[in-house]
Amino acid sequence: MTQETQPPFLQETGIPLGEYQAIVRLLGREPNRLELYLFKVMWSEHCSYKNSRPLLRLLPKEGPAVLQGPGENAGVVEIGEGWAVAFKIESHNHPSAVEPVQGAATGVGGIIRDIVAMGARPIALLNSLRFGRPDDPRTRYLVRGVVEGIAHYGNAIGVPTVGGEVYFHPDYQENPLVNAMCVGLLRIEELKKSRASLGRPVYYVGSKTGRDGIGGAAFASEELSEENESKRPSVQVGDPFLGKLTMELTLEAIRQDLVEGVQDMGAAGLTSSLSELAHKSGLGLELNLDRVPQREAGMNPIELMLSESQERMVLVPRPGKEQALEALAARYGLDAVPVAHTIAEPVFRVVHAGQVVAEVPTAALADSPTYTREGQEDPAIARLRAVDLGALPLPSDLQDILPRLLASPNLCSRAPIYQRYDHQVGTNTVLVPGSGDAAILRIKGTRRGLAVKVDANPRYSKLSPRLGAMHALAEASRNVSVVGAQPLAYTDGLNCGNPETPEGYFELSETIQGLAEASRALGLPVVSGNVSLYNEGPNYRIPPTPMVGVVGLLQNLEQRAQQGFQHAGDFIVLIGALEGHLGASEYLWVVHGQEAGSPPPLDLALEARAQAAIRELIGRGWVSTAHDVAEGGLAVALAEMCLPYGLGATLELRSPARPDAVLFGEAPSRILFSVNQAHLQAAVKLLENHGLPYHVLGQVGGSTLTILTPKARLEWPVAALRQAWEAPLREVLP
Amino acid sequence: MKVAVIQFPGSNCDQDALWALRLVGLEAELVWHTERNLEGFQAALLPGGFSYGDYLRAGALAKFSPVMQEVRRLALRGYPVVGICNGFQVLTEAGLLPGALLANTNLHFTCKEVFLRVERTDLPFTRAYTPGQVLRIPIAHGEGRYYADAETLERLEQNHQVVFRYTAPQEAPSQEGYNPNGSLNDIAGIVNPAGNVLGLMPHPERAVESVLGSADGLPFFQSLKQALEVVV
Repeated sequence: MTQETQPPFLQETGIPLGEYQAIVRLLGREPNRLELYLFKVMWSEHCSYKNSRPLLRLLPKEGPAVLQGPGENAGVVEIGEGWAVAFKIESHNHPSAVEPVQGAATGVGGIIRDIVAMGARPIALLNSLRFGRPDDPRTRYLVRGVVEGIAHYGNAIGVPTVGGEVYFHPDYQENPLVNAMCVGLLRIEELKKSRASLGRPVYYVGSKTGRDGIGGAAFASEELSEENESKRPSVQVGDPFLGKLTMELTLEAIRQDLVEGVQDMGAAGLTSSLSELAHKSGLGLELNLDRVPQREAGMNPIELMLSESQERMVLVPRPGKEQALEALAARYGLDAVPVAHTIAEPVFRVVHAGQVVAEVPTAALADSPTYTREGQEDPAIARLRAVDLGALPLPSDLQDILPRLLASPNLCSRAPIYQRYDHQVGTNTVLVPGSGDAAILRIKGTRRGLAVKVDANPRYSKLSPRLGAMHALAEASRNVSVVGAQPLAYTDGLNCGNPETPEGYFELSETIQGLAEASRALGLPVVSGNVSLYNEGPNYRIPPTPMVGVVGLLQNLEQRAQQGFQHAGDFIVLIGALEGHLGASEYLWVVHGQEAGSPPPLDLALEARAQAAIRELIGRGWVSTAHDVAEGGLAVALAEMCLPYGLGATLELRSPARPDAVLFGEAPSRILFSVNQAHLQAAVKLLENHGLPYHVLGQVGGSTLTILTPKARLEWPVAALRQAWEAPLREVLP
Repeated sequence: MKVAVIQFPGSNCDQDALWALRLVGLEAELVWHTERNLEGFQAALLPGGFSYGDYLRAGALAKFSPVMQEVRRLALRGYPVVGICNGFQVLTEAGLLPGALLANTNLHFTCKEVFLRVERTDLPFTRAYTPGQVLRIPIAHGEGRYYADAETLERLEQNHQVVFRYTAPQEAPSQEGYNPNGSLNDIAGIVNPAGNVLGLMPHPERAVESVLGSADGLPFFQSLKQALEVVV
């Protein structure tokens, strides 16, 4: 196509010619410049899931507790006594890469608004972070900025940050990941959706619109490059104080039953929030831009429509409640302006200075084309997976390895991070960070509690995207079971590379298929999620990173488990096999400098039984200390149980296998717990009834961790292990 | 005997304070920052949070809010007034307590459990404690380093106005690094000379039930209840 015949604005907007032609077909005419921009943001991967939608259909979304699955601002699950929980995870990767403080802060603000839009009061935040090499100055800059941003927003708005996880891996060097998850509590009758009836005024509520974050959704859907450093104007600026006011105003309006519909104004700002509201309502909408509260003069329609200024919500008042809503907003000192109204004709019409400046069918904006591509595994990954680890030399000194593993960036203490987050505001946090495999929040006025955990192992996913995704769901779910809760459902933050490359699409497709398989086997539906693609730079493509956030229910908060050994003399029992696998293990990376082999196999039926068994042991009141055996294997898991109270243990690991596989090898479906002698017999019997392999390993006591193997006696003072474990992140976050 | 929990727009521990007060059986209500009348209240609690966003300086704007006139009136009439965390910052900004709360020496918001020694048990906030008792209570603040000039500090000590001090846990009395923010004289909480206006950085309302990890803050609210019952 020559320069002359190229449609106008095509190059400027970066819309592919094929999509442009589809737009012309849908409109029956050429779009004008503003209309083209509306399509650009609405058809971006971030808003439209055009590369992932066909794959996401594979995921189970139904379950007896599900009140709202994917498609609304957040998923909602019923938890009994008239209560429900709304939750969702969302990525803010690219903004955080160019401006870590504001990128992370607005990621938190955005996910909080999603939860509020469902009518839920946010009660917990979690985050899942990925960075490059920890010794790299740029990594340190990013870590400090991201942690500061999360703290800045979450602490001020008063929602506790109760959990999270962070991994360092060289493949995130150019493209860190910042995913934030929020959990909210609501009464079922106050559940809200993005809906409006015909002829209703649609209110813009909250902060004014400025020139920040313009086109952020589209920016999130491109690869990062040197030029992106200059994309700071694409990054939104967060104000937790205004966020707090907007949240309280919205929740109070719902409580007083002033509104029939609520929609967050997040990615793609006015364009996305209003066109989606109209489309979901089966209606059209006319927006008058002249009424939009503006922070600065002279903003043109494109800027107004694409701005992603933060702390804005869309509220649809019930008939006759308009003035009450305006009065409530005045109490909080916020704008509440009827900027639009719903119309019968299913079009999204934008009026500026008295003129119609855009008019497109709402369905056209919502229904982007989808792409199903040919995937092909990166042969380099297949080669790494096929490496034979049988010939791996056995280290001469096993004693030295445990402190080294505990000091590895991926296993060391996270206290320097979570101590910067207010994890207790709201006075519901029962298990604080560092004290259990999942955070526990109580529900005031009931005996119930919620357990929440987000997890993903990038090494597993890099070497086998499908198996890695299965492990992510199995482990997050296991962590929730290990504190005593019944997992109910999950949210998934799918972070992958460029889907337009064969290897990128392969990794996305395999990840979703793995998740689907594990979902079905474990009976866990997905109720919300986020897809973030194009996570790569010039040199590195991120490992597929499915951040899985599982929410579980404790019927009785009194029956729960934490991670630390509490009573000397208790017996230590392992559910599962003594021997782990070396493939894709943290040990292999830290000690041998290799990332190779296959992640451990996962038997999902065994996994389900192991989780059911530990829940039952806790539910019967026999077990109050339990811990999942994850990265670093048995030795690291045991050390992690000694650290909270400084109480040691003595164990015997009788296995003919190579000692490093027993001590540090990894395998799923393994859980350690301690039990009083009085309940030991019954506990063991219960495991037998579940058909589970188990081993009684030893007893709690003393101030050292002592492990006897057939050929060696290994002994570490708990205080020395603590020193090794506590120091490394303090260096990054002093 | 009703306690007003003052609600600035950026307060975020208001509901937690209300919960703790009601847990011990006190009558308590939220009072919005624009309120000009605290008639009918016999005590006020200024909760933690970020009063007006605190972008300027923690508590710097809150002192100008309409409700603070009334808080001042209650304080002058001898009713108990408590400021927790941001509430303590507001009380110092408003001049109801001496000194100032500066950025923590680590320059970061810090949320963790600390240990406090109770220095006085003759106050409406501390009667249910025993002298020298060591409490386990969480902190959550970025600006909690108590500072006052040498003269003021000297006067505070002489008048026994320091009520709570950061200390090492009883199991490890020689442990160092117990002062989480660099406060002078390890000060965590002080009271005015009359003994009715108290400010403290740690959060007793976060430690009122064992399910939350500690109930060491419960006697704080029980003391207040006792004191208010005596007033009536």
